[in-house]
Amino acid sequence: MALLNILVYPDEKLKQVSQPVEEFSEDLKKFIENLEETFRSFPGCVGIAAPQVGRFERIVLVDISHKPKHVNHGFLVLINPEVTFYEGSSLGREGCLSVPDFIGKVERAKSITLKALNQKGEKLELQISGYEARAVQHEIDHLDGKLFLDRLVSRRNSLSKRIETPISP
Amino acid sequence: MKNWLMLTLVGKDRPGIVAKVSQVLFDMQGNLGEASMTRLGGNFTIMLMACIPESKTVVQKKLQQICGELGLFFHLDAIEAGLHQHIEPDVRISIHGADKAGIVAHSTDALNKAGLNILNLESDVGGSPENPVYVMHIEGVSGKGFDALEEALQVLARENDVVARMTRIDTMVG
Repeated sequence: MALLNILVYPDEKLKQVSQPVEEFSEDLKKFIENLEETFRSFPGCVGIAAPQVGRFERIVLVDISHKPKHVNHGFLVLINPEVTFYEGSSLGREGCLSVPDFIGKVERAKSITLKALNQKGEKLELQISGYEARAVQHEIDHLDGKLFLDRLVSRRNSLSKRIETPISP
Repeated sequence: MKNWLMLTLVGKDRPGIVAKVSQVLFDMQGNLGEASMTRLGGNFTIMLMACIPESKTVVQKKLQQICGELGLFFHLDAIEAGLHQHIEPDVRISIHGADKAGIVAHSTDALNKAGLNILNLESDVGGSPENPVYVMHIEGVSGKGFDALEEALQVLARENDVVARMTRIDTMVG
């Protein structure tokens, strides 16, 4: 087991699109163990994506179970994840291991339907909502070379502002 | 030690103020830090951190000229930058009601006594001229726990005839 080095913005590599996993090898198993150890070494962190440690394969880990208020699926290993359905939208605060000392507000789907493979290559189909859906969408963005900075709505309070376009009666 | 200044500008709003002032600062090899600009009652306001190799007196002179042209008041202070050490709020408080003098003083006094350190505060006067409504949003860090704040808000709402509610901020870090 080993802690992996986290790439930090503005590292250009974070903009790279990751490739699908094709082989469920011993090497992949070891990598996922190391990725999990790295992720767990940051208290309060709820997810990590392989490209954040410089491996450009479509692998994300999510675990929000230490936030007891939120419904969750426990520890998720999602390989080649694909969102097949988005529903609703919500605004929430996000931060990222790859963007230290910055928090911003980001709009995400409230719930998603997700297809993925687990670490054994078995098919998963999950309905994910709320905080966990936010975490999964944030991590999947990393696989497409996107950071939450690319989706920023505002740095500070955006709830008090008036509607920008008038609503016709 | 870098030479950081805090520039405060206030005046009648018009398009192009930020562009013109930041160009003057850039022409002095100024590097800008954090900034917050907003319009308050139609007035332009900005606070702007700038790291400039020139002395404060030289910067002051240059600003006098551009601010004169733009009809702005300015204020310049040498500061410690304190970058890369953001404090994140853990609670958001919204207070609203019929506008009257004292809402901010009473609210912030009660919240201060209940342990709140305010990080952001924004307020608007909405409604109509006949029936003005005061709306305030505060984000901060709860120093004495959420229960103390909840209690303070209940008393505040009762005594001042306002609606006061609190939401915990749970930031997702992935």
